Amino acid sequence: MNGKNKISRAARIEQNWGWFMVAPTIIGLVVLNVWPFIQTIYASFCEHLGFGNYKFIGLGNYVNMFQNADFWKATGNTLLFCVLTVPVGIFLSLLVAVMLNAKVKFKGGFRTIFFLPMVCAPAAVTMVWRWIFNADYGVLNQIFGSHVAWITDPNVALVSCAVVAIWSAIGYDAVLLLSGLQNISKSYYEAASIDGASKVTQFFKITLPMVSPTLFVTMIMRLMASLKVYDLIYMMVEETNPALTNVQSLIYLFYRESFVAGSRGSGSAIAVWTVLLIGVATLFQFWGQKKWVNYEV
Amino acid sequence: MKTTSLERSKRMGQIVTYGALILGSIIMIFPFVWMILTSFKTQAESMKIPPVIFPSSFLLKNFSDAVASLPFFSMYANTILMIIFRVIFAVAFSSMAGYAFAKLHFKGKNILFGIVLMQMMLPSQIFIIPQYQMVAKLGIANSIAALVFPGLVSAFGTFFLRQSYLGIPNEVAEAAFLDGCNQWQTFTKVMFPLTSSSVAALTVFTAVFAYSDLMWPLVVNSDLNMMTLSSGLATLRGQFSTNFPVLMAGSLLAMLPMVVLYLFFQRQFIEGIAMTGGK
Repeated sequence: MNGKNKISRAARIEQNWGWFMVAPTIIGLVVLNVWPFIQTIYASFCEHLGFGNYKFIGLGNYVNMFQNADFWKATGNTLLFCVLTVPVGIFLSLLVAVMLNAKVKFKGGFRTIFFLPMVCAPAAVTMVWRWIFNADYGVLNQIFGSHVAWITDPNVALVSCAVVAIWSAIGYDAVLLLSGLQNISKSYYEAASIDGASKVTQFFKITLPMVSPTLFVTMIMRLMASLKVYDLIYMMVEETNPALTNVQSLIYLFYRESFVAGSRGSGSAIAVWTVLLIGVATLFQFWGQKKWVNYEV
Repeated sequence: MKTTSLERSKRMGQIVTYGALILGSIIMIFPFVWMILTSFKTQAESMKIPPVIFPSSFLLKNFSDAVASLPFFSMYANTILMIIFRVIFAVAFSSMAGYAFAKLHFKGKNILFGIVLMQMMLPSQIFIIPQYQMVAKLGIANSIAALVFPGLVSAFGTFFLRQSYLGIPNEVAEAAFLDGCNQWQTFTKVMFPLTSSSVAALTVFTAVFAYSDLMWPLVVNSDLNMMTLSSGLATLRGQFSTNFPVLMAGSLLAMLPMVVLYLFFQRQFIEGIAMTGGK
């Protein structure tokens, strides 16, 4: 008993320091995140009466939400946006990463150029894309001699947004993938060359399996970001745009519902739904990774 | 014979690689070039068909129009202050917590770290309505404090710096301890300086993230003089919906400081953002 107390004196000092040092972060997280998380879930079962007062109404918000065509459209838009951006974006990023991993001159220069959109606020870059996509005077229609309403045609606008999203993220994803490629030992390629394997065979037999863990992480991150997309679509498609319902993502709908319409109860329900969707998508990816991600070596 | 054909195919491969990289670079750069060129044109010039590539003269009128309709000075100041405070808070609190989680033993450590992980996994939008209500209740809407508010602590920073402290051998702290340092001195004088590259990465990440953020500044600061560059631009979009030269000038003004910093410190930026692997 006595001995235990003696050991615990030094340990107790250490424990106090531990608590003291995590205190600001933990208190901050509880106030700013844990409590708001609980409040949002509670508010999703409530009607907002104004000035932060809520009345419990049970499942009403969810019932209304599931009967609302705009809500299902927004869910569909968000999923379609993911389908458009994740595979194409990751494929192009991998292509850029493989090329930058080869012996090329100006490697740093290329990397700097591809990464550039990452340090530009989405609010600023989407502005120039709106101009490029402009139906009447935009340079894209002028180059191709076309008359496509890239941002206002309900059938096209989401694709245009996806193009901007891919353009914005390509350099970032490529840098992540490049770091994975650089960890592959050169000796594998040397051995394969001696055996007479072509570059294409080497890519599928060596590069792809070896980079698959990094590829998986990059894909998860891109998918999460796409499911949460908001700023880019908000800047591209303003609320008066006829294509709005065909383009707005769940978080955009959440923003409009909570802060434009002021119905924070139903806004909270949309937020809860989005979190569930992200959770399911992540689980699905982790389950699927067993089939293709290679953790050996 | 064999070597020449092999060399030729290698040559071809290189040509294809360079061709693809150059084409890709042009696609990446073109919007920026077009933004710069348009920002100097008159509105009539920008709407000519076929398009005029170079402006007839490099007018600064669009820039003065943009500055006249939006308080760019305040927007720069607000953005810079928001970034500085967020970086200071994130680095200070996350370093302390990251060190404690990595190196100290205390009761409840796992549960407390679970809170950190939980915050990282949830999208920030789930917190935003209650956070906004807190800001409103505290009466600090339309202030720098409101902009900084959700960034007072950083779960991601804590997680990231914990990784970096885990990488430092325990012997380092023990040696400092034997030299007579107490826990706090060990942390500030010995351990913290060893994480400088991670702290730099977290700084870059926090700054770029805060600078790009759009929803929070739009929600809490509706007063034009308290907007950030991002939320100010969203307002400019409504004001000059068809005057693209002014919109381009405004966007360029908003982008310029970060792009210039990036060009000077590109390695730190790219490695910082890639290292954090967040966002």
